[in-house]
Amino acid sequence: MGAVELGISAKMKPEVTSVGPLLAVRGLTKRYGARIGCADVGFDLWPGEVLGIVGESGSGKSTLLSCLAGHLAPDAGSVVFDTSEGPRDVLAMTEPERRRLSRTDWAFVHQNPRDGLRMGVTAGGNVGERLMAVGARNYGAIRDRATDWLGRVEIAAERIDDRPSAFSGGMQQRLQIARNLVTGPRLVFMDEPTGGLDVSVQARLLDLLRGLVREMGLSVIIVTHDLAVVRLLADRLMVMKSGHVVEQGLTDQVLDDPQHGYTQLLVSSVLQV
Amino acid sequence: MTDQAYNFAYLDEQTKRMIRRAILKGVAVPGYQVPFASREMPMPYGWGTGGVQVTAACLTPEDVLKVIDQGADDTTNAVSIRKFFQRTAGVATTEATAEATVIQTRHRIPEAPLTEDQILVYQVPIPEPLRFLEPRETETRKMHSLEEYGLMHVKLYEDIARHGHIATAYAYPVKVEGRYVMDPSPIPRFDNPKLSGSPALQLFGAGREQRIYALPPYSRAVSLDFEDHPFEASKAPHDCDLCGASDSYLDEVITDDQGGRMFVCSDTDHCRCRRAAGHVGRLGAPVAEGVA
Amino acid sequence: MIEISGLSKTFTLHNQGSAVIRVMADAALSVAPGECVGLIGASGAGKSTLMRMVYGNYLAATGSIVIAGTDITKATPREIIALRRATLGYVSQFLRVVPRVPTLEVVAEPLRVLGHPAEEARARAAALLRQVNIPERLWSLSPTTFSGGEQQRVNIARGFIHPYPALLLDEPTASLDAANREVVLGLIAAAKARGAAILGIFHDEAARAQVCDRFVDVTAFTPQAAA
Repeated sequence: MGAVELGISAKMKPEVTSVGPLLAVRGLTKRYGARIGCADVGFDLWPGEVLGIVGESGSGKSTLLSCLAGHLAPDAGSVVFDTSEGPRDVLAMTEPERRRLSRTDWAFVHQNPRDGLRMGVTAGGNVGERLMAVGARNYGAIRDRATDWLGRVEIAAERIDDRPSAFSGGMQQRLQIARNLVTGPRLVFMDEPTGGLDVSVQARLLDLLRGLVREMGLSVIIVTHDLAVVRLLADRLMVMKSGHVVEQGLTDQVLDDPQHGYTQLLVSSVLQV
Repeated sequence: MTDQAYNFAYLDEQTKRMIRRAILKGVAVPGYQVPFASREMPMPYGWGTGGVQVTAACLTPEDVLKVIDQGADDTTNAVSIRKFFQRTAGVATTEATAEATVIQTRHRIPEAPLTEDQILVYQVPIPEPLRFLEPRETETRKMHSLEEYGLMHVKLYEDIARHGHIATAYAYPVKVEGRYVMDPSPIPRFDNPKLSGSPALQLFGAGREQRIYALPPYSRAVSLDFEDHPFEASKAPHDCDLCGASDSYLDEVITDDQGGRMFVCSDTDHCRCRRAAGHVGRLGAPVAEGVA
Repeated sequence: MIEISGLSKTFTLHNQGSAVIRVMADAALSVAPGECVGLIGASGAGKSTLMRMVYGNYLAATGSIVIAGTDITKATPREIIALRRATLGYVSQFLRVVPRVPTLEVVAEPLRVLGHPAEEARARAAALLRQVNIPERLWSLSPTTFSGGEQQRVNIARGFIHPYPALLLDEPTASLDAANREVVLGLIAAAKARGAAILGIFHDEAARAQVCDRFVDVTAFTPQAAA
């Protein structure tokens, strides 16, 4: 039996450097009546780290993400985030504090860009919204920042006054990323960000995300069922089944030497190209 | 004159008390939209059912009522509401701004300065300034309570991006007493400065939407803007063709099929008073007796 | 630099009747700084498995692998990531990169994640690519479209761009022509000279003889009563 089999909390050794984890999750549980959404999930996420959560549909990975991001109230557990005023349990925060967090230090990238964008608002307005939400009141400055960010996600500057409905799926997803990252968040939640995109567009998005993660020192929690995506993007992996974390560890180790039967099945079920 | 089949000012006393409670709450929390149990009125939604209910709750038999629609006393909407209260409340009515104690308005603020003895009642079609971008009422209420107003600026941003300047010409949002963002009803933005610091009590009623809100006398109402695109009260760059006024809000009137047009004060009482005082505009004739 | 002792490895195939396959038992070896140790043994004897365990890619069942003071078998993912970033380099036989990323960036990436400025990282990458004879016109293309030999050299450039104190080489000269083979052997010699501890698998006997100081036959680590 490998070390990973010992479970979730066994992995939580003291940190390498002096700073604490960005996010410390313990005993997170969500039930839907008698059914389990996710049960007793715990992990630490460190600054600059990308954590992948994989599992098939219904494994509880989306429930877990919703609980972490504050979209869903868990039944038990704690989610301690290292805020600018020190570590705070997000679940114990007041709603205004949590909403403030979600438009400053946190960001959420939805699978469907329509859920994360305002479709009736121009690309520039979409990117500028978070800036205005935190008090930016200079039109020229907002526009400059928006233009800069469109460039960083490879959208031509002259598209700034077009609405997302005129964009392709890949562009919409990149716009959603720009809109989320413009205020320099420290933690980004991603729900199947490459989900509805064709393969060539996926590759471009992955490359973009990797670059942004490195440049901005982002910490990311990414939920996906696509093992190829996590292999390229995630430092660490958590495998979920029926609401439980069955295995976690280094991404390449979990994929190349899976210990749990379910992970072995998952890995061996991937079609080789 | 009063039709005896109706209670004073049409609404029953319990309803008026309910509306007054909503008004008081609105006055206590300036700019906050107070829900109220809007009644079915004998006129269609969109014709001022909210304003009429607020007026009904404010009226006393001694009041003098003025009703304007886009500044004019003689348009259909104004005439029918004035008649409605003549018949159901028997109150005196007037077209002179200075003589009125209660003024119900649709889409204008009178040009003449108001006083502490006056109440201005606005008819409001859509009270929620955030609805343009956020259709969920649960969400907009939360945004108001948490003072999350970034979205209002997104709307103005879109204006500038599309038109090069803030093109919102009416229903221009204001922040009241540094707290609630409020839709001032579809008054032209030319009127926005008059909202702020007015000695009169300003009440807003939205019948279909069942909301009442208020600007107490002398409250601050700041029009939202950007540092590099400041708010500007604008009007047509002309003088009134009848009274020559250069500082009043103007209506454009098409006079023939050859492109002929004239600009006249939208506030008919203001224009009449100026002409009576001897002011004459480009196309105006010296004042004729008994026209008003 | 690299200290392995009492190392064993089993695979449990949960979906095939929970078969337990013991592939290694009681492996031990050590590599000192400036030394190159070659793993030998027949195909399937476990050379690659051992390499992967040293890199933290495979989990050990028992034993320890201590690299620069960190025991890989007990380290957290975070510690292993930090070790791989700065201390432990790996040149594998396969190139695994995001499609579409230019070769120059692929090679420069290890320096970028260590925080080196983009300009400096690209300059180092360019120098190495030139050294391993990748024509400059290919630098802006993704290596996924390259031939096997070219991919191998991109991999080598990537593995040698940072002076890792410990280096794992899995068949670094396998599909190279004579000229490029000499270049790579030169890189290995230089790494040894600066004090890197190198553990390698070389099928090419001439190459092996040229760079390795000692050999370890992994056949000795094959579990005796294997199923």
